[in-house]
Amino acid sequence: MKQLHELTISEVHEGYRRRDFTCVELVRHFLNRIEKYNPKLNIFLALNEHALKQATAVDIEIAEKGIVRDLLGIPMAIKDNFLTLGISTTAGSNILRGYLPQYESTTTRRLLEAGAIFLGKTNMDSFAHGSSTETSDFGPTLNPWNPDRLPGGSSGGSAAAISAQLATAALGSETAGSIRQPSAWVGVTGFKPTYGRASRYGVIAMASSTDQPGPIAKSVKDCALIAKIIFGQDAYDATSSPTPVEKYSEFLDKSDLRGIKIGLVKEYLLPTMREDVKRLILDAADKLISLGAVVEEVSLMDPKYAIGTYTVISRSEISSNLARFDGIRYGHKRDTFCPESKRRILLGTYTLSAGYYDAFYKKAEAVRTKMIDQFTEIFKTYDAVIGAVSPGPALPVGATKDQPMFGEMEDILLEQSSVAGLTGASVPCGFVDGLPIGLQITCDQFQETKALMIADCYQRNTAFNLFPDLDKTL
Amino acid sequence: MKITPIIGLEVHVELETKSKMFCACPANHFGQKPNTQTCPVCLGLPGALPIPNKKAIESCIQIGLALNCSINRLSKFDRKQYFYPDLAKGYQISQYDEPFCSDGFVLLDSGKRIGIERVHLEEDTGKLQHTEINGDKVTLVDFNRSGVPLVEIVSKPDLSGSGQAKEYLKKIHEIIRAIGVSKADMEKGQMRLEPTVNMNIDGKYTPMVEIKNINSFNFATAAIDFEVKRQVAEFEKTGFEKTPTNKTTRGYDPIKKVTFLQRTKEEAKDYRYFPEPDIPPFIIEDDVVERLRQKLPLLPDQEIANLVKLGIEERFAKLIYDKPEIIKIINIIASPVGASHDSPVVDINRLASLIVNGKLSTTGDVKAEYLSLTKVGSTDRGELEKVIREIMEKNPSLVNQYKEGKTNLLGFFVGQAMKATHGSADPKTLAKLITELL
Repeated sequence: MKQLHELTISEVHEGYRRRDFTCVELVRHFLNRIEKYNPKLNIFLALNEHALKQATAVDIEIAEKGIVRDLLGIPMAIKDNFLTLGISTTAGSNILRGYLPQYESTTTRRLLEAGAIFLGKTNMDSFAHGSSTETSDFGPTLNPWNPDRLPGGSSGGSAAAISAQLATAALGSETAGSIRQPSAWVGVTGFKPTYGRASRYGVIAMASSTDQPGPIAKSVKDCALIAKIIFGQDAYDATSSPTPVEKYSEFLDKSDLRGIKIGLVKEYLLPTMREDVKRLILDAADKLISLGAVVEEVSLMDPKYAIGTYTVISRSEISSNLARFDGIRYGHKRDTFCPESKRRILLGTYTLSAGYYDAFYKKAEAVRTKMIDQFTEIFKTYDAVIGAVSPGPALPVGATKDQPMFGEMEDILLEQSSVAGLTGASVPCGFVDGLPIGLQITCDQFQETKALMIADCYQRNTAFNLFPDLDKTL
Repeated sequence: MKITPIIGLEVHVELETKSKMFCACPANHFGQKPNTQTCPVCLGLPGALPIPNKKAIESCIQIGLALNCSINRLSKFDRKQYFYPDLAKGYQISQYDEPFCSDGFVLLDSGKRIGIERVHLEEDTGKLQHTEINGDKVTLVDFNRSGVPLVEIVSKPDLSGSGQAKEYLKKIHEIIRAIGVSKADMEKGQMRLEPTVNMNIDGKYTPMVEIKNINSFNFATAAIDFEVKRQVAEFEKTGFEKTPTNKTTRGYDPIKKVTFLQRTKEEAKDYRYFPEPDIPPFIIEDDVVERLRQKLPLLPDQEIANLVKLGIEERFAKLIYDKPEIIKIINIIASPVGASHDSPVVDINRLASLIVNGKLSTTGDVKAEYLSLTKVGSTDRGELEKVIREIMEKNPSLVNQYKEGKTNLLGFFVGQAMKATHGSADPKTLAKLITELL
């Protein structure tokens, strides 16, 4: 029999229905695990002190009405850039140390309304500036598979919380890789929606034109259940889309992928990529073929162009978004920004300066348009494109030292799809050196259902969705 | 030496929408307790996002239409970045290269056309209050005004004197009020003025000067006049000419009646504009523009022109064009349909004059009152005598000629007296009186 921390969302609900355990027991179980493992892994920055009280209320609700809310009593870990009323929110930065939000982000509000219980807030790269959690002012999170390795980022805390099974599900956010890359590095499932699919209201902004919240969970199915709750238009976000949200989980559990056409992106098999990583991606392609999909090689713009484009756009927006932390409010001076944030503010200030705007920002926007056009063309023929999430497995702790472009290099295979505002899943597709490798399944804008359906079929037909035994790995 | 001032004007107008530009807080901030009309959006809290106010955009477009602008099909908001403690986000959401309206004009009474460069929409900032608390000098911030919709109207440098500037400003003020998007109350800071001034002196141009945040027409006039004199004197002394980089910003001190230097171009800001990623761009369809155009009321100049067509002198028309109750009465009473041989024709101009001068009330039986006031011969003898004496004093040579026997000049004096009494006197009585007095 599975232990409490091993259960997926539907398994938790099944357990509640059968009275196998109560919500209080489940929450207490996770709090115990957090107490035991968090000091080593540094996943949670703050805990919700009302979690047990809320669990008691859930147990009463279940006794009275049964499980009528989609995420009732599901213990979740929330990335620390979501504003949570009454729970400290720092975005991993000292400049917000001790900040208690005055309002609830739309995404977390929707989760709470669906009955979720927040266990706490998870570590992240400071202001999401990074792909390792090493830029966090509160120290890096460690990879549950191997504490000498990084968990990736910026949603490294949320991804590690799922891998270490310190929560049933988690919430992350992605600007360019921040959900998918850490999910790949710790071997869990992450899902990034189309830009505009989920509300950004109450998410501390990094790059406004690509930021998107998304789930990180034990399975594609769990991601789909959370997606249904958090996606959808929000009156508080002018960039959120009115496109209706589907009941994604009802489109899962397909027995095969017949009729699905997938492009294997040639350029994503980087010349510098390890052969064993390439092998896993080609194996995944073979698996998809064996499930009935047609997989063909496709060609995209060299991903190196995505680095420049993304860097210019994101730094410009970052320099603007961080201006509100002016040292007058929030209690800490601007010199408490971490070095990476300072670098990004400086670069963005430069790229937006008079005389440089045309050369940098405008040109980057033009390349962005080209990328979107190229994807539009590809998706006329293909349902999805696939490739590795990251060039390799999780890198050692300390790898970001003196590497200001670390994140951009590690996210090279995700930036195009982020800049183009596409949707995509990251699912485990094997191991090298005992570390997980992730497969990206990327679809056109608002094709969430398709991406989840393909990822789910692949996941149920492979055996890579594994979780480390912390007592052995740590 | 030929000296021509070159003046352009930036006018900021706060719109009186129900809610602020990007959030649901009330826009009417005047006299409210500080920081009682705020929310995460207008406080610029982390994670807060702007939602554009549709009504404010429509009002901005209506102002553009009233100022003969073309409405741009594609428009967007941009971020204008600078640091100031009253600017919650560290940037102001404004419009840079794609404003809602551009290329309009205002016609001055002389017929001179003052170009309008653009009319765009932005958000107002908070307000700083410098004060003392327990003996400490402190600066407090009130964010009630933060995010109130602000329309900026930028003229071309087509004005060549403070008189023209004042007329232009008055016209803008009247138009804004006529459309009903703001009362443009200068005392409440709902309309703020920024003239940019330099001089063409014998074909040489003096450095440009922008005068910031003036809140009255008279101050604007005085500031421009001061600046004109100052720049001429400065030019005579130094010979400095305008360069692309020597624009300066000055303030106006209404007590000393002088402008003073605030900053030079070297200290000028690079606002690092870029498209606001939190608000998708707008496509303004023609039918929307047409609908807004249909909704526009008659504008002051059109109203005045219509009254002049009715026969009302322009000076009276300007005084009554925005008083619909008076216009209605004039229309009813002076209507030719109502006139017949037993109901004397009303002199529309005389009627307007009486009302404007407060001699005729607009309540009760106005027509009867008018007729009694203007009844032939009704003016009393003393007053008539006064009028005649005035005419005689003005025309001493004609009086002499009359006395020397040119009696046909009587007609001239009667005519003058009739004019002076707006035709209310009886010509026969007048003739008799004039003969006596002469």
